[in-house]
Amino acid sequence: MRKPDRRFNSGPILTTVTWVLALIFFSPVLWMVLTSFKQESAAASDPPVFFFAPTLDQYRAVLGSGAGSYFANSAIATGVSTILVILLAVPASYALSIRPVKKTSDVLFFFISTRMLPVVAVIMPIYVIAGQLKVLDNVWTLVVLYTSMNLPIAVWMMRSFFLEVPGEVLEAAQMDGAGLMKTLWRVLMPMVAPGLAATALICVIFAWNEFFFALILTAGQSATVPVFLVSQMTSEGLFLAQLSAASVLASLPVVIAGWVAQKQLVRGLSMGAVK
Amino acid sequence: MSTLVERQQVRARKAATERQGGGMSSAEGWRRRLPLLPALIFTLIVTQVPFLFTIWYSLQNWNLLRPEGNQFVGLGNYVDIFSDSTFRGAALNSVLFTLACVFFAMLLGIIFALLLDRSFAGRGVVRTLLITPFLIMPVASSLLWSISILNPSYGLLNWVIGLVGIPPVDWTSQHPIVSILMALVWQWTPFMMLLVLSGLQAQSKDVLEAAQVDGAGWWRTFISVTLPQLRRYIELGILLGAIYVVNTFDQIYLMTAGGPGTASANLPFYIYQRAFLGFDIGQAAAMGVVVVIATIIVATLALRLIFKSFDVKD
Repeated sequence: MRKPDRRFNSGPILTTVTWVLALIFFSPVLWMVLTSFKQESAAASDPPVFFFAPTLDQYRAVLGSGAGSYFANSAIATGVSTILVILLAVPASYALSIRPVKKTSDVLFFFISTRMLPVVAVIMPIYVIAGQLKVLDNVWTLVVLYTSMNLPIAVWMMRSFFLEVPGEVLEAAQMDGAGLMKTLWRVLMPMVAPGLAATALICVIFAWNEFFFALILTAGQSATVPVFLVSQMTSEGLFLAQLSAASVLASLPVVIAGWVAQKQLVRGLSMGAVK
Repeated sequence: MSTLVERQQVRARKAATERQGGGMSSAEGWRRRLPLLPALIFTLIVTQVPFLFTIWYSLQNWNLLRPEGNQFVGLGNYVDIFSDSTFRGAALNSVLFTLACVFFAMLLGIIFALLLDRSFAGRGVVRTLLITPFLIMPVASSLLWSISILNPSYGLLNWVIGLVGIPPVDWTSQHPIVSILMALVWQWTPFMMLLVLSGLQAQSKDVLEAAQVDGAGWWRTFISVTLPQLRRYIELGILLGAIYVVNTFDQIYLMTAGGPGTASANLPFYIYQRAFLGFDIGQAAAMGVVVVIATIIVATLALRLIFKSFDVKD
């Protein structure tokens, strides 16, 4: 942590400016949360209502409208795909860092290039193939796609975390006669655990929030939370307060995870690449 | 500190040389490649096979609404694309959204990061408030912006500008691009801020103090000491931000549906429209291929520039 600037006493002013800017920037979220505790009549009023008797009616309405299955689908698609990503990415990034193969940068470039390709360029064949395999509206199709969506980023991130492990550690393990698997499990994994957490968090965020695949490939059976949110808007007309409550519930898991793991989030976002 | 890789490489090369006088045995090569294969094969199958189909579809005249089925038309779809002014508009919007969003999000991100890089009361709370937009589900934030904030009759923004006497604006229909950009910049600023903040905190304090001793003012120190040190973080933010922003779909689908007309459609949205609303599979596939080729060209240039930052060793 930096010492405050000693040359001129700008402290209180800058602090006030910071707080005001932060509150303005945060205000759309605050407004969404406030609206979710209103009655519909107060939610869409001009001028806006700031003081009102809060109610939980909207949350009851959302939870009573069958949101549970959407949350379950999102949880499966997010959870299973994240586990798969980690299982595939750890050995791959290990191979690319500690035991480099020839053409390491080509392989890395290939991985990241798949992430840059616009999803729309492959959605039609995926739709047709999924239809022929009879896996449209199936949550496991999303699991496979979310795994491929997050795998490149995870490989890059995990590789950079493996690179940070000092060479002495591995030498010591070899001197103790530890085999490859034992070295990986007992020595390396504990050292890259924070990086693994960061990687998993990023995968969870992107999978939980994903909308495009879910919109096109799912319907009633396996639709996820973002699809549920959109259905709230279109099917029964516009209920602003209820929509706000649904938005709060939909965002809550990722928001809480992100708040708790802010430090890991930074490392994850920078792919650990900048040190 | 030397990394594991360098030590391992040196040792492996030595061992290989001792064993057979140069070159790596194929068994050793496979042992090294093995852990990489599951991820590589999975990625190849899930991402490349559908793309091969896309190329095949792009050579067909295939519209699900027409009964005659699909016919091979060669490069016909590609010729059509270049005379399609909507495609050009969408391409232009894609570039505009990406450049403008990344620029403004980075600018705001740097300002917020500088403000946060001091100790003050409630610093942790302020940082938490500032990162939240990145964590809000994009679908939720698109709905929030279009309905709650930008609505012409009861939106929060019109109420705020009404306080200073500006008449209400129908944001999403009169200024669709500005509306979408507001939501996009709001969502991506925290990402840039977090990256720049980690750059600021990695900065060596000695250099800053030396600059102060030399009598450099705040602005001078920022321009000639801080900014150059932040370069890698800023480059990385621009690269990663651009990768995601160029694929923006949620905000456009939910805030303006590409409208009015096709004024705010970007390429992902326009291709989606052609494929899933117009059922023009051949046309949409050809557009997809063009977009992929353009992306690869731009991304290769960008990655080659930034690759040094990642310090990739062969």
